[in-house]
Amino acid sequence: MPQAVEIIDVVKKYGSFTALHNVTLDIRPNEFFTLLGPSGCGKTTLLRIIAGFEDITGGTLKLFGNDITALPPDRRPINTVFQHYSLFPHMTVAENVAFGLRRLKMPDAEITRRVAEMLEMIKLSSHAGRRPHQLSGGQQQRVALARALAPRPKVLLLDEPLSALDLKLRQAMRMELKTLQQQTGVTFIFVTHDQEEALAMSDRIAVLSEGRVQQIDAPQVIYEHPATRFVADFIGDANFLTAGVEQLEDGRAHCALPGGYRLIARDAGAARPGQRVSLFLRPEKLSVHDGPVEDGIGMTVRTIVYQGDATDYVVELDGGITLRSRCENRINGDPILTAGERGFLRIAPDAAKTLLD
Amino acid sequence: MTPHRATLLGIAPTLLIIGVLMVVPMIIMAAYSLMEASSFGGVLPHFSAEAYIKLLFDRDLDDSLAFDPSYMIILWRSLRIAGLATLITLCVGFPVAYFIATRPPEQRTLLIFLITIPFWTNLLIRTYSWVLILRDTGLINTVLQAGGLTDQPVKLLYTEGAILFGLVYTYAPFMVLPLYTSLEKLDFRLVEAARDLYCGPWGALRHVVLPLVKPGLVAGSILVFVPCLGAFVAPDLLGGGKELMISTLIQLQFTSSRNWPFGAALALVLLALVMLTLTVSAVRQARATAEGGH
Repeated sequence: MPQAVEIIDVVKKYGSFTALHNVTLDIRPNEFFTLLGPSGCGKTTLLRIIAGFEDITGGTLKLFGNDITALPPDRRPINTVFQHYSLFPHMTVAENVAFGLRRLKMPDAEITRRVAEMLEMIKLSSHAGRRPHQLSGGQQQRVALARALAPRPKVLLLDEPLSALDLKLRQAMRMELKTLQQQTGVTFIFVTHDQEEALAMSDRIAVLSEGRVQQIDAPQVIYEHPATRFVADFIGDANFLTAGVEQLEDGRAHCALPGGYRLIARDAGAARPGQRVSLFLRPEKLSVHDGPVEDGIGMTVRTIVYQGDATDYVVELDGGITLRSRCENRINGDPILTAGERGFLRIAPDAAKTLLD
Repeated sequence: MTPHRATLLGIAPTLLIIGVLMVVPMIIMAAYSLMEASSFGGVLPHFSAEAYIKLLFDRDLDDSLAFDPSYMIILWRSLRIAGLATLITLCVGFPVAYFIATRPPEQRTLLIFLITIPFWTNLLIRTYSWVLILRDTGLINTVLQAGGLTDQPVKLLYTEGAILFGLVYTYAPFMVLPLYTSLEKLDFRLVEAARDLYCGPWGALRHVVLPLVKPGLVAGSILVFVPCLGAFVAPDLLGGGKELMISTLIQLQFTSSRNWPFGAALALVLLALVMLTLTVSAVRQARATAEGGH
C-alpha cells in the first residue's frame, strides 16, 4: 500500500529566504501525524503546500501514490481545518457543512443525510440553522471540523486548530480529535507549536526547525531519544551538560564532568574517546533526597518552584554544576527540601543521553 | 436650556438646509408641473394636468387624446442605458477594487488616491476631450486610418455606445470606492477555505466573495445607476442629443420648448424612479439584516 502523503525533496523559497530545505517525509495511511516546531520553522508552510495553497520551488508531492504537485487545492481530495476556522459568515452551520458536498455535486438527498450525520457527530444538530457568529469558539471549531470531514477527504489537515481555545476546552478537544481520527480512519496531519499537544495525540511527530526536519518518530522516542539538541531542548524540560568521553562500552559513553563527577550516558552513537559531547538529562529522572541514598551526590537546593502535582528544584552540586530536578510531591504537599538546605541528588541509571551537536 | 430644546437647536441647521434647499424647491416644482405653460416660458397660475397627460398621450387638433409612446421610449432608453452603464461599471470596477484590496496596505492608500484624480478636472472638459478623441477626425479614427485598418472613419461619436462609454468613464470611481470598502474588510482566508472545499477561482468568487461584498455591490450600483439615470453631460455631448435621454428632454423643456410644467413633471418622474430604486434596495437590505446576515 502506498503512503498517504509522500513529500519528496520539497524546497520552498520566498525570494532569497528558504522556508523549507529539501524536506522529505512520508505520512502513513490512517496515521495521526504531527508537524511540530516553533513559529517560523516552516510547519505551516508545509501544511499549506500539502493543501495546495502554496507552490513549491522544487520537489514532488504524492497522495496515495499519485503525483499531486501541480494540482490546485480544489482538485485535491484533502480538506483543512483552519486556525481561525474560516467558517463562511453568510451561511448557516448546515450550509457550511454542506458547502464542499455541494461543490462536489452530490445528490441533494445524500448531502442532507451526510450533513445530519456530521452535525450528529459534533453534537450540534440543534444548531444547524445558526450562523457561525452565534456559536462559541469551541462550537465553531467543531463546525470547522465537520465541514472539513464531510466530503470524506483522504487526508485532513489541521492548522493549530486548538490554539484559540482556552485550556480546559483545549484538553477536552485533544481527546475528541484523537477519538475522531480513530473512528473515521482518515489520515490527520496536525500542525502545532505545542509539544504537549503533539505528545498527547500523535502516532508520529516530525519536529521541524528552520525549514529542516530534525526528527520523525513516535512521541515516546522523540521524548526519550531526541536525535538532536534542538529536539531535546524543544520537547519537554532538559538539563544539558558538557562532558568529555573517557571510554565506550556497549553503546554507552563513560563521561567525565567538571568537578570530578563521572556519568555513564546511553546512545553514545558516533562519540569517540577524548571527544567532548553534550549530555542530556530529563529533570524527572533526577530525584532529591533529604538523607543519604545509594549513588547520592551531595548538593544544596537553590530554588524551588511548586507545580501542584510536582515541585521543581534547582540544585547546585558540591562540584559547582547546577541541575534541575522534578519530584512528585509528597502526600502532604510539603517540599522535600527548601531553598538553602543541603541534601542528596540521585541520577536514575540510563538517565543521561549523549547528544552530538 | 432644556435638553429637548438643545437637541432642536442642534438639528436646526440640518432642518434649515433640507427645508429651504430641498423641500421648498420640490414643492415649487410639483406646483409648476400642475400649472399651465406660458408660451414664453414660465407658468400661468391655472391648474392643469396637461403636463402629465402629455407624458403618455398626444393631443390631436380636435382635442382628442391618442396614445403616444415617444416620451415613454425616452424614459425606457434612460433606464436601459443607466442599467447597462451600471452593469458595465460593475464588471470594470470589481477587478480594480479587488486588485487594490489585495495590495499591501501602504499601496492601497496610493491607489485609492489615484482613483480620485479624474475628479480634479471639470467633468465638462473631460467629456469634451472624449469628443475630440472619438469624432470622425479624432485620435482613434486618425490612427485607424493611418494604420490602414479602415478607409472610412468608424462612427464612434454620437452613438449609444459613446454615451455608455462616457457614463462608465465618469461613474466608475463611484463603483470602485464602495466595492473597495467592502473587499478591504473581506477575510481572504475565506477564499482559501472555499478553494479547499472544491471551489475553482470562479466558484470561490460566486459562492463566497460576491455574497460577502453584496453591501458594497448594492451601494456602488446605486451610486452609479442614480446619477446615470439623470446624467446630462455625457448623453448630451457624446450622444449628440439625437438619442434623447430624460435629462436632455428636461433641459429642452426649460429652454427651446418653453414648457416648464412638462419639464417639472418629467423631473418628478425621474425623482420617483430614483426614490423607487432606493426604496427597493433599502427594503431588501432590511430584510437581509432581519434574516440574521451581516
